[in-house]
Amino acid sequence: MSFISYLINGVSLGSIYAIIALGYTMVYGIAKMLNFAHGDVIMIGCYIVFVLMGSFHLNSTVSIIAAVIGCTVLGVVIEKIAYKPLRKASPLAVLITAIGVSYFLQNFALILFGADTKSFTSVVSIPTIKLAGGDLTISGVTIATVISCIIIMAALMIFIKKSKSGQAMLAVSEDKDAAQLMGVNVNKTISLTFAIGSGLAAIAGVLLCSAYPTLSPYTGAMPGIKAFTAAVFGGIGSIPGALIGGILLGVIEILGRAYISSQLSDAIVFAVLIIVLLVKPTGLLGKQVQEKV
Amino acid sequence: MKKSNMKSINKQTKSMLITYAMVIAVFIIVEIMISTGMMSSLMQGLLVPLCIYSIVAIGLNLCVGYLGELSLGHAGFMCVGAFSSAVFSKCMMTSGMNETLRFILALLIGTVVAAVFGWLIGIPVLRLRGDYLAIVTLAFGEIIKNVINVMYLGRDSKGFHFSIKDSASLNMQADGKMIIDGAKGIVGTPNQSTFVVGIIIILISLFVSFNLVNSRTGRAIMAIRDNRIAAESVGINITKYKLMAFTISAAIAGAGGVLYAHNLSTLTALPANFGYNMSIMILVFVVLGGMGSFRGSIIAAVVLTMLPEVLRGLADYRMLIYAIVLIIMMLFNWAPKAIEWREKHSLKRMFGKKEKAEEVQ
Amino acid sequence: MRKFISVMLVAAMAVTALTGCGSNSSSSSKKDADKYYIGGIGPTTGATAIYGTAVKNGAQIAVDEINAAGGINGKQIEYRFEDDQNDAEKAVNAYNTLKDWGMQMLVGTTTTAPCIAVAGKTASDNVFQITPSASSPDVLSSGNGNVFQVCFTDPNQGVASAQYIAENKLPTKIGIIYDSSDVYSSGIEEKFEAEAKTQGLNIVSKAAFTADSKTDFGTQLQKAKDAGADLLFLPIYYQEASIILKQADTMGYKPKFFGVDGMDGILTVENFDTKLAEDVMLLTPFAADAKNKSVQNFVKTYKEKYKDTPNQFAADSYDAVYALKAAIEESKATTDMSASDMCDALKGAMTKIKMQGLTGGEDGLTWNESGEVTKSPKAVIIKNGAYKAM
Repeated sequence: MSFISYLINGVSLGSIYAIIALGYTMVYGIAKMLNFAHGDVIMIGCYIVFVLMGSFHLNSTVSIIAAVIGCTVLGVVIEKIAYKPLRKASPLAVLITAIGVSYFLQNFALILFGADTKSFTSVVSIPTIKLAGGDLTISGVTIATVISCIIIMAALMIFIKKSKSGQAMLAVSEDKDAAQLMGVNVNKTISLTFAIGSGLAAIAGVLLCSAYPTLSPYTGAMPGIKAFTAAVFGGIGSIPGALIGGILLGVIEILGRAYISSQLSDAIVFAVLIIVLLVKPTGLLGKQVQEKV
Repeated sequence: MKKSNMKSINKQTKSMLITYAMVIAVFIIVEIMISTGMMSSLMQGLLVPLCIYSIVAIGLNLCVGYLGELSLGHAGFMCVGAFSSAVFSKCMMTSGMNETLRFILALLIGTVVAAVFGWLIGIPVLRLRGDYLAIVTLAFGEIIKNVINVMYLGRDSKGFHFSIKDSASLNMQADGKMIIDGAKGIVGTPNQSTFVVGIIIILISLFVSFNLVNSRTGRAIMAIRDNRIAAESVGINITKYKLMAFTISAAIAGAGGVLYAHNLSTLTALPANFGYNMSIMILVFVVLGGMGSFRGSIIAAVVLTMLPEVLRGLADYRMLIYAIVLIIMMLFNWAPKAIEWREKHSLKRMFGKKEKAEEVQ
Repeated sequence: MRKFISVMLVAAMAVTALTGCGSNSSSSSKKDADKYYIGGIGPTTGATAIYGTAVKNGAQIAVDEINAAGGINGKQIEYRFEDDQNDAEKAVNAYNTLKDWGMQMLVGTTTTAPCIAVAGKTASDNVFQITPSASSPDVLSSGNGNVFQVCFTDPNQGVASAQYIAENKLPTKIGIIYDSSDVYSSGIEEKFEAEAKTQGLNIVSKAAFTADSKTDFGTQLQKAKDAGADLLFLPIYYQEASIILKQADTMGYKPKFFGVDGMDGILTVENFDTKLAEDVMLLTPFAADAKNKSVQNFVKTYKEKYKDTPNQFAADSYDAVYALKAAIEESKATTDMSASDMCDALKGAMTKIKMQGLTGGEDGLTWNESGEVTKSPKAVIIKNGAYKAM
């Protein structure tokens, strides 16, 4: 019975990783850059909800919508100020700038909200389900997380398949210059990608903090790295890959913690990642790019 | 390549000599300042860390700048070098061995162990490319840190005891002493890292790196970076050269780790000092200093390590300022618009045409 | 070009650093010879910023009080706090910065690993150091008789907890959740486990977590639940404990919880549902809602000034400053002494003083020569969102 419970916890954690990983994977696919500051956008989203619910007593739906809007704007602003000027520069330069943005957001939150950890009130009001005479409990947050993850994935895939902007994204990720020649506004498309990724980050953040009710300026850092790992695991640039990578990572982490060693769970996650990449060098669903000579 | 060979070698030699001269000049100035009492305690305390980060940045530059592979796991090599040498020093502290000899041996051990790890990790990792390689090196770095945090090593009259569970399961005799105590790390390593040693190791690292880069091997490595397929087609053994550069790079990082371990009386593998954050920090030095420029790496390491210390007056705002400075420096150095602006404006004239040639190169 | 800018930056910074030291070296050390210079070190940025901030503020209140009341021996105190980001290397930098400033005594550092590194330096420089909160015995052994602690050592707490559980006939099927990457937590856990064996307690489950995975305890709780633990021993800090309480509640797992002094502060976590902490037991030297008048004053001032309820870190650092005051008065150390002379004077005086302090309880605080403090831990139980003595 505890195995099932571990499994459920793993899927729940994995779903959160998957939503965060989406942000990484979309941005990578289109702008070919690792947005290291993504994890910290999550943290900012959580603080927005925390402040609106705690100090302004708004209800949770309004707060979440505000956080999504806030993060979307933040994402676009970051892109405009810090990344856009470097579009033609070396990818490494952009990576370092992203790290700078990440430090900035963390320290900004530290000064604005203080160092002390806040307890985050869950925004999910679904009651806990008890099965098998109370031996197996599934919390409302778990249910909400998994459902949101599925909805987001489906919506995103439909968006990319059906809408014009979605097709533009696909085109830019395939070949930026060719897309531009075909009349796609590359700058607008990249901004849109950042907007969607950051908006999703807000949702992921709220779910993360509802499941693990704590909030500090460093809340986003570790989940950010794990989600990035998940994105690579599934094949960076691929949306279904982010889903599969995220969930597998979550399950491996929890099962590793439960059955092998709770202190080595991160090492186990990373070891599995290494093995997968050695067998399949572009991740589970990554495209094998044929090199032209 | 061939045509400009003669000229480029001259330029390389010149650049190399400038770098050596810079390090030695700094050394002399600092020594004079210390002896005349003109240097603050803060600066004196910072000298060894500055050397450490310069060394590791040189090592990483070899990997990122010349081999062209992004490694986010160099803190892991530092960590391996630090712990292996600290274990050695701690074990030998009671043996009455000559202190200088012990430290030299510790340096060798740390460097060699880090090289072995670099080699072992390099074999599988270097098959990957680009960001996949980056994430796998990050993963290895995290694994190293994680595993060291659950290692328990003790020594008593019966010899060494090792466990990855807890210190109680070592079953040591009453006279037993912990060497590595899990997350508590190693306490009481001898403080033997000095500025002089740091400078010597910087010079050795530079010597090794310049020799490698300016040799036939180095040209092969750069050929791989610039065009792997072309390099392969002219018969360059890709795996061999890649592995060689990566191993040397790890070994240099390991030497930095040895200095780190012998600088303070405590050594712990925390996310802050041996986690991915540190790897990224070093990468920042390399990128900001200019990939492929060892001199730039040293300067960037010194500037960015000193920056938060100089900003101490700003209290909690200093890390915020640090982040802003970092972003601005990156934009200024790399943004095409900023480069254009810089080229139009006059500073360049001070350097004449030489600078222009360098920029083009 | 790029290099040119970098070189300029280096030059600018070198100049800043040099002028800073130039003015220092000209006046040999401090600016005003008629004051006591006390320095403090702890993390005020980074993931452990909360502890350093508490120490900084606690000491600040003590310094303000003393200065307002006329100072020590009629001399005012000058106090400066430096950030170390919970990193040994940065802590040494902070220490050197304070040395340049003219520090005569050090209150710090806040966390253990940096404290060991700084203790190594203070020992060789012979600077007096009193740490409010670095609780490992290694801190004292790294010093040279110049380092004193205000908090309990970790082994003491582990042993005291096990004894308390055995003596008070609390449930004996015990589960432990601890932070294996934290020196404080793993130190207590180790001694608790050893003492539990001699006390005949049965540890049925033991699960660790690390600094990188300290937000999800579902697995550890499930293990304890499966093993049938009736009492969970949590030698951890309150932030993690607050998550454990919440997750246990969601799981429907209701053991008794027993914490140590790191648990203190759980009722002050912003937005935390204190109902979850009902019946939690903990050993603590300090309770923010104690009836004691000096504690009440301290809590009131702290709340007014920093809009936060003080935790034991703040209280310990407040006591550290008052211990310095007592030791200075005892030894008649004067403001014009060098840091090293000051250290020799205070070392001798520390073992002679006895003070009540905020954390002293009924028996007060005394120190032995090795720098260890004697004070009695109090067991409290949380009832209706407040501590109650047990």
